Amino acid sequence: MTHDQHFRVWRGDDEKGELVDYPVEVNEGEVVLDIIHRLQATQAQDMAVRWNCKAGKCGSCSMEINGRPRLACMTRMSTFTEDEVITVTPLRTFPVIRDLVTDVSFNYTKAREIPSFVPPPGVAPGEYRMEQVDVERSQEFRKCIECFLCQNVCHVVRDHEENKEAFAGPRFLMRIAELDMHPLDAGDRQKEAQDEHGLGMCNITKCCTEVCPEHIKITDNALIPLKERVVDRKYDPLVWLGSKIFKRGDARSGA
Amino acid sequence: MSESIERHEYDVVVIGAGGAGLRAAVEARAQGKRTAIISKSLFGKAHTVMAEGGCAASMGNVNPHDNWMVHFGDTMRGGKFLNNWRMAELHAKEAPDRVWELETYGALFDRTPEGKISQRNFGGHTYPRLAHVGDRTGLELIRTLQQKIVSLQQEDFKETGDYESNIRVFHECTVTELFKAGQGDGPSRIAGAFAYYRSTGQFVRFDAPAIVLATGGVGKSYQTTSNSWEYTGDGHALALRAGATLINMEFLQFHPTGMVWPPSVKGILVTESVRGDGGILKNSDGKRFMFDYVPDVFKEQYATTPEEGDRWYTDADNNRRPPELLPRDEVARAINSEVKAGRGSPHGGVYLDIASRLTPEEIQKRLPSMYHQFRELADVDITKEAMEVGPTCHYVMGGVEVDPDTAMSVVPGLFSAGECSGGMHGSNRLGGNSLSDLLVFGRRAGAGAADYVDSLGEVRPAVLSDEVAEAHKRALLPFSSATDGGENPFVVHQELQKTMNDLVGIIRKADEMELALKALQDIAVRARTVSVEGGRVFNPGWHLALDLRNMLLVSLCVARAALERQESRGGHTRDDYPVMDSEWRHVLLVLSALGEDDVDLVRKEQVAMRPDLFDLFELDELKKYYTGDELGGHRAGEAMK
Repeated sequence: MTHDQHFRVWRGDDEKGELVDYPVEVNEGEVVLDIIHRLQATQAQDMAVRWNCKAGKCGSCSMEINGRPRLACMTRMSTFTEDEVITVTPLRTFPVIRDLVTDVSFNYTKAREIPSFVPPPGVAPGEYRMEQVDVERSQEFRKCIECFLCQNVCHVVRDHEENKEAFAGPRFLMRIAELDMHPLDAGDRQKEAQDEHGLGMCNITKCCTEVCPEHIKITDNALIPLKERVVDRKYDPLVWLGSKIFKRGDARSGA
Repeated sequence: MSESIERHEYDVVVIGAGGAGLRAAVEARAQGKRTAIISKSLFGKAHTVMAEGGCAASMGNVNPHDNWMVHFGDTMRGGKFLNNWRMAELHAKEAPDRVWELETYGALFDRTPEGKISQRNFGGHTYPRLAHVGDRTGLELIRTLQQKIVSLQQEDFKETGDYESNIRVFHECTVTELFKAGQGDGPSRIAGAFAYYRSTGQFVRFDAPAIVLATGGVGKSYQTTSNSWEYTGDGHALALRAGATLINMEFLQFHPTGMVWPPSVKGILVTESVRGDGGILKNSDGKRFMFDYVPDVFKEQYATTPEEGDRWYTDADNNRRPPELLPRDEVARAINSEVKAGRGSPHGGVYLDIASRLTPEEIQKRLPSMYHQFRELADVDITKEAMEVGPTCHYVMGGVEVDPDTAMSVVPGLFSAGECSGGMHGSNRLGGNSLSDLLVFGRRAGAGAADYVDSLGEVRPAVLSDEVAEAHKRALLPFSSATDGGENPFVVHQELQKTMNDLVGIIRKADEMELALKALQDIAVRARTVSVEGGRVFNPGWHLALDLRNMLLVSLCVARAALERQESRGGHTRDDYPVMDSEWRHVLLVLSALGEDDVDLVRKEQVAMRPDLFDLFELDELKKYYTGDELGGHRAGEAMK
């Protein structure tokens, strides 16, 4: 039940690095993260890897395995043949700190730019009432473990550093959708999604949905409905009229 | 060495960014204190995300009979009356407010048909009490608190133009030392902390008069554990070295249901909700064995037949609960006994069956992450077949001895909350009481720290530069030539884990624990000279070398206390003293550090329970736990006079 496998792991930092070959023992039932840990314990104790729960719940051990963005703790060795070379590289969209660890601060910056939940005015703690069917829509998005695989794979930013400024990425556009669908959130979300966070740059290729380890239907359930709401609002004559009147009111009070 | 060390000043520094740490930080910031949060992991990755079942709070949304007094009683019972009763009281009273408050931060719990927060059954809780989100409640808590911190930063940004003007997260940053300073003739008090950034290896010092330890548990000293790499007892060890005391360290909770196969996932948690929602435990003969393991103290509260147990799920008021829902220590011991008797599953566990109890649709709805976890990691479809499960080191009841109301330790300025503090859960924690604990006492620690800072006025204890230099030197020791030829830290760590697992595990014996103490001395010598390869940038070998120091000191505490307590109670089971002994109920074992690798242990009397709380229990129940002398003040005795 034990065999040797050929691993190639990217070693280095943001400036230089190379794929290093390691022959390593693999036992039945192991996942890629187990093999990385074995390399640390036996051949390369300074091999940098980020991980926490090792159960697919924290989203720390995101990396690219044979070119596919995956969680190393959820990638079972039995999905490869024994003679396959397994190439492990850091996430491509973010700067490398060292080896398999990348600087994911882009995501924390974006998180901070999304306006937070706005509590409904006049509803005391303990008085919140919501139907299960209504909370379920946002609950799907709150399953997100922030592994940032969707942020990594999204072609809007994957090879386009220049788009990072204007684009929050699937995870955080989904956060806006989550708040927009929250039964009691008092904030106004749709306009800012389009204007401030780059919703329009998403052209729904569903790459994010494909890599999501939580199987959240990011594109179908979050991004497309959010786009639809934005569009409805833009072209709804009543909403249009309302916004004009509102603006005029604004201007007047300003004068 | 002329390396310059980054320096920050804060009012309150919170070490740990799990539920307790984040709740403490929210509170300290709400009270106007400039607050830093230091986290070993990325922001939002804390071990709290692993909590599955829920957060216990007697809101009474599902069963209106529930109230804080019932919750308090269940908590004391679960802890075998060794709990700090004041903490259990505060916890039971304040938990509902702490849960409701999360909704105002944006949390989305599952709902009842009336639209209130739904509550589920759990081991040891009389009524359905756990607020939950499927089986990912911990993730909801962390994300909610994380997003609350962000919203506070956004408020500050509007005021000051700087997101980090009042609250800042230093993530992937590890604290290695606390600093203290004398103040005039007064006692030595907290002055700051020393840390390194994991990503760069650069050092950083924090000057702060108040520090909240919220670092979680110690499970990484064990081989089979549900805990992540972060759980190296940092807060416990930092507290000891700063002169604070630990209590209840002999009590470790082995969660009855961890995965046992495949080997790489051994120890990963299988939530108690599986049993709360109807799952049953069977041995290799197919027998539902828990009916054979109901201890006398719980005989009246648990069903004696499978039929009655099954009826309880739909009619809890007229039936007693099934014994699968006994407190965790009882279930863990029962599984251990079945496996030892040769009635285990192929991989050394027992069977946990939900497939024959709920429809596949119900299982996927109520236990989505368990379904996912078994399908992806073990190739098992839990809607079709039983899971193999066995005990795993899950939670340490012991921790920093604190004042219940303010969460301050015996060291002025040093606070502790959550798993890292001791007392609240006594000898055994009920499932669901951890998430509520960290909210209740996280808030109290944040408030306690803020009040303490106010009490200091303008005078701040000053960090001594000698101590900074010493901390700096110590952190670099694994790189120095003094460790040339030293061992690989990963190897020494594995040895420590094996020692604790084999010799101070779920069932303990005096001779084995004596062996463990000897082995720990030997490992301490080896740990001091481990040497690491490579540089300081994100170097896991170096990080582990530094964490080893904490794991060792804490392991020593566990072994010393476990050897001392000559009875079995909750998360402490002695093969040589198998019975619970009332003479031990009121005894706390208090540990303090003696230099680098030794600890001192003294016995201390537990404070007697306040009479109004004592009277919440029936005398017949108290007799099972208390000595005759202690029962004098009970209402039943008074009435007879």
